[in-house]
Amino acid sequence: MEKKMGVYICTGCGIGDALDVEALAKVASGEFKAPVCKQHPFLCSPEGVAAIKADIDGDGVNAVVIAACSNRVMADVFNFGPDKLVERVNLREQVIWSHPANDEDTQMMAEDQLRMGCTKMNDMQPPEPFQGENLSKRILVVGGGITGITAAKEAAKAGYETVLVEKSDQLGGYMKNVFKLPPTQPPYDEIKETGLEAMVEELNGLSGAKVYTNAQVAKISGAPCMFDVEIQQNGNTATERVGAIVLATGSEPYDASKLTNYGYGSLPDVIAAPQLEAMFKSGSVTRPSNGETVGSAAFILCAGSRDPEHLPYCSAACCVESLKQAKYFKDENPSTPVYIFYKDIRANGNYELLYKQLQKDGVTFVRGTVTGIEDDGSGAMVVSAEDVLTGSPIMSESVDLVVLATGMVPTSALGEPYKAQAPKEGEEKAETPADTILVSNLLNLQYRQGPEVPGLKYGYPDSHFVCFPYESRRTGIYPAGSVRAPMDYGRCAVDAAGAALKAIQCVELTSQGKAVHPRAGDMSYPEFFMQRCTQCKRCTEECPFGAINEDEKGNPLPNPTRCRRCGVCMGACPERIISFKNYSVGMIGNVIKSINVPDEYDEKPRIVVLACENDAYPALDMAGIRRLSYNPWVRIIPVRCLGSMNLVWIADALSKGIDGILLLGCKHGDDYQCHFVKGSELANIRMTKVQETLNRLVLEADRVRLEQLSITDYTKLPELLDSFSERLAELGPNPYKGY
Amino acid sequence: MADALNGNRSILVVGSGMSGLSAALEAAEAGFQVYMVEKEPYLGGRVARMNKYFPKLCPPNCGLEINFRRIKSNSNIRFFTMAEVTKVEGEAGSFDVTVAMKPRYVNEKCTACGACAEAATTTIPNTFNAGLDTVKAAYLPHEFAYPMRYVVAPQVIGTEEAEKIKAACPFDAIDLGMQEQTFDLKVGAVIWATGWKPYDAEKIPYYGFGKNKNVITNVMMERLASPSGPTGGVIQRPSDGAVVKNIAFIQCAGSRDENHLPYCSSICCLASLKQSTYLLDADPEAKATIFYIDIRALGKYEDFFVKAQANERLTLIKGKAGEITEDPQTGAVTVQVEDQSTGKILKQQFDLVVLATGMVPTASGDKAPAEVAYDDNGFILAEQATSGLIGAGCARRPSDVATSVQDATAAALKAIQATFRR
Repeated sequence: MEKKMGVYICTGCGIGDALDVEALAKVASGEFKAPVCKQHPFLCSPEGVAAIKADIDGDGVNAVVIAACSNRVMADVFNFGPDKLVERVNLREQVIWSHPANDEDTQMMAEDQLRMGCTKMNDMQPPEPFQGENLSKRILVVGGGITGITAAKEAAKAGYETVLVEKSDQLGGYMKNVFKLPPTQPPYDEIKETGLEAMVEELNGLSGAKVYTNAQVAKISGAPCMFDVEIQQNGNTATERVGAIVLATGSEPYDASKLTNYGYGSLPDVIAAPQLEAMFKSGSVTRPSNGETVGSAAFILCAGSRDPEHLPYCSAACCVESLKQAKYFKDENPSTPVYIFYKDIRANGNYELLYKQLQKDGVTFVRGTVTGIEDDGSGAMVVSAEDVLTGSPIMSESVDLVVLATGMVPTSALGEPYKAQAPKEGEEKAETPADTILVSNLLNLQYRQGPEVPGLKYGYPDSHFVCFPYESRRTGIYPAGSVRAPMDYGRCAVDAAGAALKAIQCVELTSQGKAVHPRAGDMSYPEFFMQRCTQCKRCTEECPFGAINEDEKGNPLPNPTRCRRCGVCMGACPERIISFKNYSVGMIGNVIKSINVPDEYDEKPRIVVLACENDAYPALDMAGIRRLSYNPWVRIIPVRCLGSMNLVWIADALSKGIDGILLLGCKHGDDYQCHFVKGSELANIRMTKVQETLNRLVLEADRVRLEQLSITDYTKLPELLDSFSERLAELGPNPYKGY
Repeated sequence: MADALNGNRSILVVGSGMSGLSAALEAAEAGFQVYMVEKEPYLGGRVARMNKYFPKLCPPNCGLEINFRRIKSNSNIRFFTMAEVTKVEGEAGSFDVTVAMKPRYVNEKCTACGACAEAATTTIPNTFNAGLDTVKAAYLPHEFAYPMRYVVAPQVIGTEEAEKIKAACPFDAIDLGMQEQTFDLKVGAVIWATGWKPYDAEKIPYYGFGKNKNVITNVMMERLASPSGPTGGVIQRPSDGAVVKNIAFIQCAGSRDENHLPYCSSICCLASLKQSTYLLDADPEAKATIFYIDIRALGKYEDFFVKAQANERLTLIKGKAGEITEDPQTGAVTVQVEDQSTGKILKQQFDLVVLATGMVPTASGDKAPAEVAYDDNGFILAEQATSGLIGAGCARRPSDVATSVQDATAAALKAIQATFRR
């Protein structure tokens, strides 16, 4: 696009009082030859905006540089439509609110920030949305239990065609063998019917809902809106094109045969909770040993859960499930003795009322760790336990049946680890820690990084984000129900509906060429200049979302609709061949080069700050809002994610005479906060490579520093920025100044 | 596009806390027009007032910043602050809604430059900080406030000070003549994401909240530990400002108690485990004790519980606290409790006691102005006679943040379905 730049400098909010605005204007009109350069005392007012619009309409301005407040504010005011480029230069929060007025150094900072903004504008093009071919808005649901049925049903009821694939011959999953459900309606103290038949009937009656039973997803290739799914059913292969996927393959009960310490396998009347459920469902509840009716029962909670030897996590549903099963016995015969051995009764929310009811019903609750289950000689069993805190022994009366409340294991955790492609001879070994991907035969994705959604702790393909629980590491694939996290029936159904909406959202945004979360609506996407590709595979290995496939020669095969637009690939590429229309290695390199670097005798050091736009940049704004002051040597450049940092920027900065570079990214490690999962961690790994650049230039390692900063760490910023500046002062000026 | 302009296909979300924000954004990003009505002058609800989330101990502002950016870049969402829904009539696909908006006395010309606050002299209790400090009568509700726009407190309207505040604004953004406005909306579905409030701790007389200065609620603790809170994040005793070295948490303060809230509030166990880290992580000498009935750390939250237990400076005692007294001279607080594992009556002294007060649905007091069905405790039921009226998040049941988002996303789909029924 042929650009006509208009630069608008706001003099309100104290900007005009603190800065020499005429000198600023000369930067725009002189150095950058902006054909239009204006000042306004109140740019965000209707008059100010009207003045800009008049230039757009009358004068053909289509590239608007606003030198005023932070882009975090007035975003709607300075939006002139998708075909007009807008760049914000933050003079208020990050210049005048944090630095003294009418000061030479503050002025130089403002002028540099304007130079950087104009340079960015010069290198920017409006994004053109990616348009794939033969786009589908259908939703694939894998798994036909309560979660899968609900997801398919709810999506269909919102007007979207669905395809459900279930491995067994009937829908229902675990629910098929469930007798009744815990309460979800007032008064919350009675168990209720499952309603499974009605659910299946409703799904079968929906016109847009297609169901494959006895079927398995053999292969999924492609990307959101363009997934091609191969389904094997009774020896035949069907293919379906879908737009997004809900993974609802559920969980398996923990293998009770591993619980020999509870007598499972050796004592015939020790059974697992699913067996008891099936007994009630069939109407015949008898002791396996002799077929006689059960006159008394003991439940052992956390059988395999909350146990480092088995499942370290809590399976979330078993307490209430056992309360429900105890209720089966009590409803049948109130005088049946029932014992529940527990660590904590986790009857959250209104399930507390069911717990209360069972206390009233006369169930004996024993808080203790079960130490043994033994035959009492008469064919019944005695459960002995140890009090959790005091260690004093407890023993039950003899019982006919012992029920182990086994926990749940996600189907995603069942499988061997995927072996990533070994590096070929002469190739560098991957430095990026690979995601955990198990070959669990659920989706069989034709993805370079592996065939399933990466698992987090304990193999759950969950989201690590508290605020965004549906964000798996594979775009357009939303795990729901007990495969995503341990949960009960009620939560599975809610989770399914939520995942169905995320899938719908994905197909709606993707079909318009827009990104999904967290850059929802972004129409830029990375383009690869393949002639210069050296097949180093860094982009394909490092993409946190597995968006890029590879051909046999190692050339990247991008899938724009899998892309989240973080720019990690752009940062990874040593050949700098990956660019967005409005964000590129060259652009940020030029922004760095546009900084005015005084010579060493001026004693005015320069520090480039590459700040994550999600957290570090707002924190810098907050420092301004609080009027916290820090050194005027810093020049702040927001980046989409610190993972988009390309090492050439460091070389660019240092060879230009910039004294130091500070990288501000989100927390990485176990409790990472990076919105693009691995961006800040990858930047940290790349730091080891920085050393090579520094050695080559014969510069000190301390000139480049990476800090993890959260959005609320703004009070620490002045100290952080100033201590870096002090360290640079000790090192002395960068000897490359003036070259 | 015709659909987007059709009011019947649009969705009203009442409340803009984690549930409301999520419901609104998830629907808007799926292409639907959404109105969001918030009674506070800023979006974010209770999570905006929290210091950290469990189990990651990460700041809520991080996710809120992303969500606010999603709003800024999505033209499908319109929101109204200081506003309340006063009437909803109709049926799924066709609701007539009336909204009343209180005067902010500051218009959209505000640039948040802060000149008005400098001119103000009166101070008012800071509700954002749970009343633990004060703000000027012209104030920005908090640093991360979105929209970033000041408010003039009604207390000064009609005074000379208000005129001074007005005169101080270089942008003509103060409008002292602003009146309450009402307006109507036509929508296809309504999501009630009106959230929760803490159980009134004064209703538990034996804990002496309100009388004992060093007995606070977990909601107050969030502000006390926050870097943007009244003490800059230093946990001090309210009575004398002394630094807290030994803290206690009383679980089920109101919850799981037929005389108060019969249900379990679901989040307080993890909230107290989290809050214990506020002190233990900041001060290597400090100690914490949690008095509990059961620790309900479901699912992978168990890891957080295990990690907390590994800290030797945290003591967990199974027992429901009986009586709490404060020594008026020293400010020390004594907790009396029966240790259920030993049967002994313990009396332990602390610098500060935090009551893990439960969650009460906001709607238990302020019912929605619509035909909405609740349970006895004021939680909105899943099944409603009028489809298209949908509860989400803590308005529906006590939940943590991630579960609220999950529930709100599901509610958004239900709302979209309801807009089809016509």
